[in-house]
Amino acid sequence: MPAKDVVEQARRDLAHVPRVPGVRKPDAVLVADGVRRSFGGVNAVDVEHLEVQKNVITALIGPNGAGKTTFFNLMTGFDKPDTGTWVFDGTPLAGVAASRVAKAGMVRTFQLTKALARMTVLDNMRLGARDQPGEGLFAALVKPLWAAREREITDKAMSLLERFKLDAKKDDFAGSLSGGQRKLLEMARALMSDPALVMLDEPMAGVNPALTQSLLGHITDLRDSGTSVLFVEHDMHMVRHISDWVVVMAQGQVVAEGPPSEVMADQAVIDAYLGAHHDTDLGDDALLDEGGVIDAEAQAEADAELEDTEKAEGTAP
Amino acid sequence: MLALLTALTTLGVAGSAQAATTPCSPDDATACLNVTVTVPGTGPVAGAALTVEGEAGTLEATTDAAGKAAFALTAAGDYTVTVDEGTLPAGTVLKDPAANPATVTVALGRSAGRIVQVVPPGEAGGGATESPTGGATTSPSPGASADADAGAEAEASAEASAGPGTNRYAQLLLAGTVFGVLLALASLGANLIYGTTGLSNFAHGELVTLGGMTAFMAVQWWHLPLWLAIVVATVAGAAAGWLLNTLLFAPLRRRGVGITQQMIVTIGLSLALLSAFLFAFGAQPAPIVSGISQRMQLGPVQISAQSLVSVAVALVVLAAVAFTLARTRLGRATRAVSDNPALAAATGIKVESVISRVWVASAALASLGGVLLALYLNTTRFNFGSTLLLLMFAAITLGGLGSPLGAVLGALVIGLVVELSTLVLPNDMRYASALVILILVLLLRPQGILGRAERIG
Amino acid sequence: MDFGQLFTNVLNEMLGPTAIAYALAAIGLNIHFGLTGLINMGQAGFMLLGAYGFAVATVQGAPLWLAFVVAIALSVVFALLLGLPTLKLRGDYLAIVTIAAAEIVRMIGRSTALTDVTGGSEGLTGNAFKHTFQDASPFPDERWTLGPLTLATNTSNSWWLRIVGWTLVLLACLLVWRLIRSPWGRVLKGIREDEDAVRALGKNVYGYKLQALVLGGVFGALGGIVFVLASSVQADSLGRPVTFNTWTILLLGGAATVLGPVLGSLLFWGALVFVRGFLRGIVPADTLSVQQIEQIGWVLVGLTLMALIVFRPQGILGDKKELAINAR
Repeated sequence: MPAKDVVEQARRDLAHVPRVPGVRKPDAVLVADGVRRSFGGVNAVDVEHLEVQKNVITALIGPNGAGKTTFFNLMTGFDKPDTGTWVFDGTPLAGVAASRVAKAGMVRTFQLTKALARMTVLDNMRLGARDQPGEGLFAALVKPLWAAREREITDKAMSLLERFKLDAKKDDFAGSLSGGQRKLLEMARALMSDPALVMLDEPMAGVNPALTQSLLGHITDLRDSGTSVLFVEHDMHMVRHISDWVVVMAQGQVVAEGPPSEVMADQAVIDAYLGAHHDTDLGDDALLDEGGVIDAEAQAEADAELEDTEKAEGTAP
Repeated sequence: MLALLTALTTLGVAGSAQAATTPCSPDDATACLNVTVTVPGTGPVAGAALTVEGEAGTLEATTDAAGKAAFALTAAGDYTVTVDEGTLPAGTVLKDPAANPATVTVALGRSAGRIVQVVPPGEAGGGATESPTGGATTSPSPGASADADAGAEAEASAEASAGPGTNRYAQLLLAGTVFGVLLALASLGANLIYGTTGLSNFAHGELVTLGGMTAFMAVQWWHLPLWLAIVVATVAGAAAGWLLNTLLFAPLRRRGVGITQQMIVTIGLSLALLSAFLFAFGAQPAPIVSGISQRMQLGPVQISAQSLVSVAVALVVLAAVAFTLARTRLGRATRAVSDNPALAAATGIKVESVISRVWVASAALASLGGVLLALYLNTTRFNFGSTLLLLMFAAITLGGLGSPLGAVLGALVIGLVVELSTLVLPNDMRYASALVILILVLLLRPQGILGRAERIG
Repeated sequence: MDFGQLFTNVLNEMLGPTAIAYALAAIGLNIHFGLTGLINMGQAGFMLLGAYGFAVATVQGAPLWLAFVVAIALSVVFALLLGLPTLKLRGDYLAIVTIAAAEIVRMIGRSTALTDVTGGSEGLTGNAFKHTFQDASPFPDERWTLGPLTLATNTSNSWWLRIVGWTLVLLACLLVWRLIRSPWGRVLKGIREDEDAVRALGKNVYGYKLQALVLGGVFGALGGIVFVLASSVQADSLGRPVTFNTWTILLLGGAATVLGPVLGSLLFWGALVFVRGFLRGIVPADTLSVQQIEQIGWVLVGLTLMALIVFRPQGILGDKKELAINAR
């Protein structure tokens, strides 16, 4: 079945799914159960059950400190939960190290871009590849053992760089790229290993508006080429524009799920975002005019969650 | 028998060597080997024939009236020193015949020494002492050797040694607590710097030395009373802290120099200051107060008045710092900067001015701690602070990096471990035991005793 | 003053065992810091362990190859002991643990409790452990002159030691050159830049850091062996200052470059001997003693280290462009 049809099929499947938090999906790529993580008595993440549908774009939204990034960290092995299990593509991943999670096919990006500044763009890309025997200490000494694979990797890197319009920059240091280009690079690098699920942590944060459109295009391209996408975002416009399914978190819990248009009209979501006595429709573009408010919140959350991440990773081994 | 005969023989293939009773001074092409023959308690032995054999050939010499013979050697290496027992005074033999001939290693630009003891026949058997860099021309260089470390490391306070009428355990507990409190004071500043700027200051030990040395100069050279010397030393430390920040670290921060790079700058600073102290004061101990202070009996333990006063001062200052951090505007600002400099700046705190004050306080505390530690250990020395540096780091790390209260607790633990370890370990492993404890604690509790869980991984 | 003699001394020091030993140690530190970003403050500990391993094994009757194996094995074990618990922690911890561990090695080595094995603070004299190495020399026992330098062929500070030492340095450089340009080296550089990013790309960061720590430590041990083959094993001669000198050398030459550590070592020792000899030549002996001149040399080393970081942090061979991007 062509990728396009697969996406259509997945969307049709989702259309019949009830709009309740923690609902079962017909074809889930990631299933989390009873995942809990608390910091100093406060539950940062308390997800009873969550399924992420394969072959679609799922957005994870929520107000400050809702636990979205912490949830990302838990799923990808960058933090350890107090309790909980999750299965990715049939493989249980609870307690698995971050590098193995990535090897299993679930690759993430970071809220604060982690371009490897003092390496070239091309080397950044090559680092994303897997199965390079030359990454072993002893094989590295014998070039013939890895030269062939290195050529394949380089070809793949170049074709991805072309797709992301970074090929002209291949020999520049990643640190010399603009914020948006780094986001693109990080995304392209994540694709080097052909992941089954890409987890993007705020792909739009800090991106020049001129690049937004192409970034959106790349994310939908990802889905259309058969990769499932889960992303955290604060830009509601973007969420409505490209996501097939939206999961809303508040205070660590999943409070709503559904297609973007329906979720943004949901009173629980509005309450979660703006407090119970506010009657502004999140789906209304009027809210986007108040983007400043959300941006400020986003920034505040970015700070808060950064701290969370730091605390969270404190207990990881 | 007492013929003062100088035999000068050169047998080397290409090396030339000369032995004479004239003093030898080492340089890049010359190594000195000074041999002294003496009868303990009686005096030097003149006219003993010596043979030195090695890289630079074979040399012979006879000891002079001071019992000394100096060999100037043009090649480094191992030399055998043989004493001709037939030339020793009548009625004496070598104290340790097994050590004749003996091997001594010499290096170019350095002096090596060997002392041969001669005794009446009944007292023979062991005891020739060899001091690889001993002799009058000892030249400890911080870069090439840490010989002088040896001296400072052997230094132990009188408090640790139990006199008559004391309980050894109680005495060691007391010594450990006293040492811990003083160490806490000395290390607190390094912790404040780490908390506000993230910098591990490797030159902190030299700030401690600065305090000790300033007090030494104030008392011994300028004849100031001790209390005034302590004040002068603290002020000198504060000034040094201000200068270091204003001239060095503030510009580095403005230029965005990374924290690792700044740390390496402190290493260079430490090396430069250490050598400068050695240059100025030499390697010998520099006791602030000459003479041993009166010790008082308190139940099962003894303590000197000097130590008692030191601890009292340290406790008062620690309490004052704790109060300042907890209750005053400056203290709150400091803690805010520690938590999150960007946020602190956003709320109107002048981060740079806070950091500047922290540097002043840090160096002043280090200096004060240096004086008090010097009073407790009875002396200072050019490398006095640098031998304590690791113990201070250990205290800070143990307590949790950046947590002032933790640093005090950590210092107490280190102090007690250092003193109590002498119950089971040789005295010269005291400091090693503290570092082992540090590593073990880090394995079990990486964030330290009181530190909050930090980003790891 | 005699400039001919001064330059001979400088040349002798630059080609001598000390420069070789420090070059090897700095190559190791380059793998730690330049490539991987590990802050190892205990390289002297690796050197000392290598020296003890080699000397004690030889004293106990081990043949030359076995003594080398023992030295290397000790440094590997030391690296694992330090790395296994700390490489999962933040970088500062490795710095503190390595500096503490190196001091522990030194204090244990010089302790009176181990005098029978290590010779205590007096150490082991060269005669006790140099014979296997000197016997392995193909040269007759005499003194050879090359240009202004006249040295023994085999004993202590000899031509034989220099030949073996520089061969080791050359091999080490080739190895680093190969590794730096391999996918393995690429992963290390990635870890240096941001280890979480590399982890997110499916690499076992912890394993790579351990490999780097072990490999760099082995070079430290080799440096330690060369160091003591020219003199004697004495714990205090391989203390904390040696680590700091090694850092200066690495940063002087240029971290993350292949030849930086070697160039740094040559310049460091050459300059130090030059400054001392020059001062001795122009300053009257009654103004400054020989010791004080030596201390001035070390003050200059400290100031050089500071000035390097401030004015030329990439070192002599480093890439300015690479440094302009301030990663953190």
